[in-house]
Amino acid sequence: MTVTHETIGKGEVLLAVDQVSLSFGGIKAITDVSFDIRKGEIRAIIGPNGAGKTSMLNVINGFYHPQQGKITFKGQTRSKMRPSVAASQGIARTFQNVALFKGMSTLDNIMSGRTLKMNSHFFWQCFRHGPAMAEEIRHREFVEDIIDFLEIQAIRKVPVGKLPYGLQKRVELGRALAMEPDLLLLDEPMAGMNLEEKEDMSRFIIDVNTQYGTTIALIEHDMGVVMDLSDRVVVLEYGRKLADGTPDEVKADQNVIDAYLGVAH
Amino acid sequence: MFYRETGQFKTNYADDMAVFPILQDRIGIALILVLAFVVIPLAGSNFLLSSVMIPFLVFSLASIGLNILTGYTGLISLGTGAFMGVGAYACYKLTTLFPEVNIVVWIVASGFFSALVGVLFGLPSLRIKGFYLAVATLAAQFFLQWCFTRIPWLYNYNASGAIEVGQRTLFGINVTGAKASLEARYMVLLTIVTVLTWVASNIMHGRIGRSFMAVRDMDIAAELMGIDLLKTKLLAFAVSSFYAGVAGAAMMFLWYGGGEANDAFNINQSFLILFMVIIGGLGSMIGSFFGAAFISMLPTVLKFGLPALGIPLAGATAEHLTYILVGALIIFFLIVEPHGLARLWQIGKQKLRMWPFPY
Repeated sequence: MTVTHETIGKGEVLLAVDQVSLSFGGIKAITDVSFDIRKGEIRAIIGPNGAGKTSMLNVINGFYHPQQGKITFKGQTRSKMRPSVAASQGIARTFQNVALFKGMSTLDNIMSGRTLKMNSHFFWQCFRHGPAMAEEIRHREFVEDIIDFLEIQAIRKVPVGKLPYGLQKRVELGRALAMEPDLLLLDEPMAGMNLEEKEDMSRFIIDVNTQYGTTIALIEHDMGVVMDLSDRVVVLEYGRKLADGTPDEVKADQNVIDAYLGVAH
Repeated sequence: MFYRETGQFKTNYADDMAVFPILQDRIGIALILVLAFVVIPLAGSNFLLSSVMIPFLVFSLASIGLNILTGYTGLISLGTGAFMGVGAYACYKLTTLFPEVNIVVWIVASGFFSALVGVLFGLPSLRIKGFYLAVATLAAQFFLQWCFTRIPWLYNYNASGAIEVGQRTLFGINVTGAKASLEARYMVLLTIVTVLTWVASNIMHGRIGRSFMAVRDMDIAAELMGIDLLKTKLLAFAVSSFYAGVAGAAMMFLWYGGGEANDAFNINQSFLILFMVIIGGLGSMIGSFFGAAFISMLPTVLKFGLPALGIPLAGATAEHLTYILVGALIIFFLIVEPHGLARLWQIGKQKLRMWPFPY
């Protein structure tokens, strides 16, 4: 049975990762990790460098295929899936190193996030008339809302390769939002930003969560941001789950303190 | 001062998304179309039509084709010449099998055969990219060229082994064959090129064009956004080869008026078109025209233009000097602007918008 968007109530499990293990040859990136993401929450994945956080996101959106374990998204269980299928089921993401389409304008970048929602026939595309043009305008309106929301009106037609890093991150968030995802994966959305940019980005993340009701899973190294933003935090170290709970619980967890600060031997 | 969008407000998205949102650009395009459709056929000499305009238009079409693949989708191909050949032979077979159908229909329809072959040879592109893909398309070039000479069915078992272009008419006017006037051939070719350029520009401005560019700029991100890489790349091969095929058919039927494939559709042709695309500007419609103009017209202009200016040139000297000059100019332009003539054009337009102020 397929469980659709509507049948999942608020606070129910949207995505469950069940005993997932992933290795590359002899290197174990993730070992037996289980956690869940509930609908409507902001879920943080933290951990020291090389803990397997990005690998975890890659597993969730189908880019890596775990050797063991299952992933249940919207009630559907799968172990392997192609990234484009994950996208069509409503998982969007941003990247640690900005992965925008550098030769295209901000507008085109965000418009390309609408690709899955667009289906006018090739024939009409050739003439850019009728259904193709109507569709283009409809989606342009949606994209303009996102541009308004992210306050990037001024750079609408600028090729993104020319934009400063902070704005590129913002455009990338816009592109992910254009997919109207049920689950938004953010890989270090604030890496390399100054305080002001971080504050802006935090505000956008909270607004996305409250206004659009999007469930968000984010990886972030800035502990202040993580503890303020997220509803629940999962901590990974060396590919294993170390702790899972509310920010306060995690902060007080001795294992987590040891992992971050080191232990006297 | 004259080229400025100041005061041209867009009040709806359709206007804002127009291919030429600036009024002056639209006027410019209209002038160019009038020049091409009215002035040149009426006032142009036979020499201008046969040696300058017709080759330029054929190469423009082929360049647009390769630009869709290499410039917009980021897949390098060295098989353009062969795909053009597929178009030419398909058109030849079709018009001999069904002579009652209009030749213009067949010239355009032959693009579909080329597209099919292009898709077939585009299959490796999912796994390999860059130089390796170039080598894989080289296989298409050699294999298809082998077919053109070794499969006599393709050239109707002619003793010469060449395509023989028969008399075909459009609205009662000869458009191919020995009796066709230059003007008629030019007009047919110009119409095909204009319509197909418009279509290509439409495709590139829409969803499909964006997926092409997404695949070019960051294929992993494109895939994670739900763009199917294989489908998109194969579509790029199909569209690109379609244009190459039509260009090849047009080349044989409207320009050469017959000939042997090994001369017209060899590897040199593939390289020539790749150079046009690189010099004109990757990922730019107008760049395809610039590149085609630069490489196809320049030798002619130098060869006949210099003596006209009073610089005497004759025979072998002229030919060698042309080679040297064209080579030097190519290097010069690539140093001045590695992104091609299209970028120079863009910078020029930007400067013109600001003029007389520096910024």
